[in-house]
Amino acid sequence: MSELEKNPDTAAEELPPEALEDPLYFDPEPKEGAAAHIRSFPAAPEFQEALGYPGERPENWKEVVLDKMQDLRGKFRSFRLFLDICVKCGSCTDKCHYYMGTADPKNMPVGRQDLLRSVYRRYFTLPGKWFPSLVGARELTEEVLDEWYTYYFQCSECRRCSVYCPYGIDTAEITMAAREILDSVGVGMKYTNEIIGKVFKVGNNLGLPKPALESTLEDLEEEIEEDTGVKVRLPLDEPADILLVTPSADFFAEPHIDGLIGYAKVFHATGAKWTLSSYASEAANFAMFIGSYENMRRVALRIRKAAIDLGVKRIIIGECGHAWRAAYQFLNTLAGPFDFLDPNYPVPQHICEYTWDAIQQGKLRFNKEENDFYKMTFHDSCNVARASRMGDYPGGQFDIPRNIIKAVCNYYYDMPEGTIKEETLCCGGGGGLLTDDLMELRKKGGSPRMKALKHVAEEHGVNKMAAICAICKTQFSKIMPYFGFAMDDIMSVHQLVSNAIVLPGSIQEKELMEEEQEEKTPDAAE
Amino acid sequence: MSGFYEVNGKQVPHDEEGYITNLSDWSKELAEVIAKNEGIDMTDEHWEVVNFLREYYDEYQIAPAIRVLVKAMKKKFGPEKGNNKYLYELFPYGPAKQACKIAGLPKPTGCV
Repeated sequence: MSELEKNPDTAAEELPPEALEDPLYFDPEPKEGAAAHIRSFPAAPEFQEALGYPGERPENWKEVVLDKMQDLRGKFRSFRLFLDICVKCGSCTDKCHYYMGTADPKNMPVGRQDLLRSVYRRYFTLPGKWFPSLVGARELTEEVLDEWYTYYFQCSECRRCSVYCPYGIDTAEITMAAREILDSVGVGMKYTNEIIGKVFKVGNNLGLPKPALESTLEDLEEEIEEDTGVKVRLPLDEPADILLVTPSADFFAEPHIDGLIGYAKVFHATGAKWTLSSYASEAANFAMFIGSYENMRRVALRIRKAAIDLGVKRIIIGECGHAWRAAYQFLNTLAGPFDFLDPNYPVPQHICEYTWDAIQQGKLRFNKEENDFYKMTFHDSCNVARASRMGDYPGGQFDIPRNIIKAVCNYYYDMPEGTIKEETLCCGGGGGLLTDDLMELRKKGGSPRMKALKHVAEEHGVNKMAAICAICKTQFSKIMPYFGFAMDDIMSVHQLVSNAIVLPGSIQEKELMEEEQEEKTPDAAE
Repeated sequence: MSGFYEVNGKQVPHDEEGYITNLSDWSKELAEVIAKNEGIDMTDEHWEVVNFLREYYDEYQIAPAIRVLVKAMKKKFGPEKGNNKYLYELFPYGPAKQACKIAGLPKPTGCV
């Protein structure tokens, strides 16, 4: 954490002493309207139209909104149930990282739900139609629509609140529905919707065309050969057994790209025939964030087409949180059946499952000392932790990444209970909020996680945190400098694998052999 | 908010975040204006980065990964200037986004 790496015009934030006692501490006093000014840039008409939405708000927008609510109410029983069932018990109120960070009561999960629930009650329930003021029902007005846009884009759909709700109400589903309703009247968010359009046009969130991807992969092959003396391939659009679909950030930014190098080394060491696809060069599916089934399907079908065109037997997903949810939970219904794949493997598989299998089978050799500079902790990404699974038992998604880290690092410490596993805190940038125009929210929403990290930093000297989500990695590299950490204190799990792996025939293997030789014959040199 | 940069009495439109709307509007003078807006005084090293970004964009229709940029800088100026830290000193808000803005290129989007 050198001074140089800190953002020069931001000083580390001072934490109150209570925060160091309790990482979930926050000032409990709600401040009405404290986050009302935080608004993301709206999408221009061209971005809306590319996704099949109106470019601008139609004259009869009220009618369209209510029709859409009626439509969602019929289609998704969960939506209706969640709006009907809340008893205002208050369990969720202090569980949202955006509420902890902003103190705005509309960022309490129940407060956020009520923004929509109040309108639902007015138009879809009997008491709301007859006695609106008695049941917290309100008219749909322009101000309401505006408020929806503000606060439904201050939810990262992380589902932490749903863990504590006695009825299991999933705020994320309500947020997704609200965003879909807004889009249906031309009110969309620039960041998410421009990006989904790029996937349709170029194949990935970044807008990385095939020649650029090709050149990047060649560069990485050269770099790996320089470092290890081994020719490790990163094949693109080649016939193979395994199709790796990974977030496009893995082709572009640190520390993501170091993770990609890790996957390539693991595939090499296990002798796998694998490939990337330029057509499906994106694991992310931002359409999930805006609750758009149609667009989510369009994105998912690209993976199916690439798998068929390349004749693969397996699909593996790289380090990306919501992509794993989209793939694990929805790929089969969106783009299945995948009966053309090898039935001996799960569809899809997570790269961590693949690596952990290889480790258990003794196929990988590591020199853990390569990671001895690092005292590691692991940040559970919300979509992996609370919306999917890894391996063949409940909780595998918590163990497998930790098992991998412990297999390649000597020092590992968990952050405090209540901030990890199913209770993990969002990074503050998930759910389509990873945009510069929401930086204030991202900092505030990320603060609970940063406090938990500070805890283990002080207690155990932890100096690096690993994650398996592109959004988390980018979010942390941006906000960490505000909290006294350096931007590269966030790492990819497969970056640690890459550091420690000893490839057959590599420079690292030779060095280890020489060391062993010296240890065996200590006097030979004299 | 979207608006205009003033260059030699001409108005050049930009988006909410200061990226120019028409890439063909770019000129060296404009780059100086954008840089000033960002609180950056353009030195030879800044120009080296901006020129490299533009050349790369010409070929690939996207800005290079930071790693690629670092490598190119290393080749030209040696390891002292060919590293991440140095690039962040030149462009404190990130060599990818801030340098792209000055180079008149679109902002890299996605999880970066």
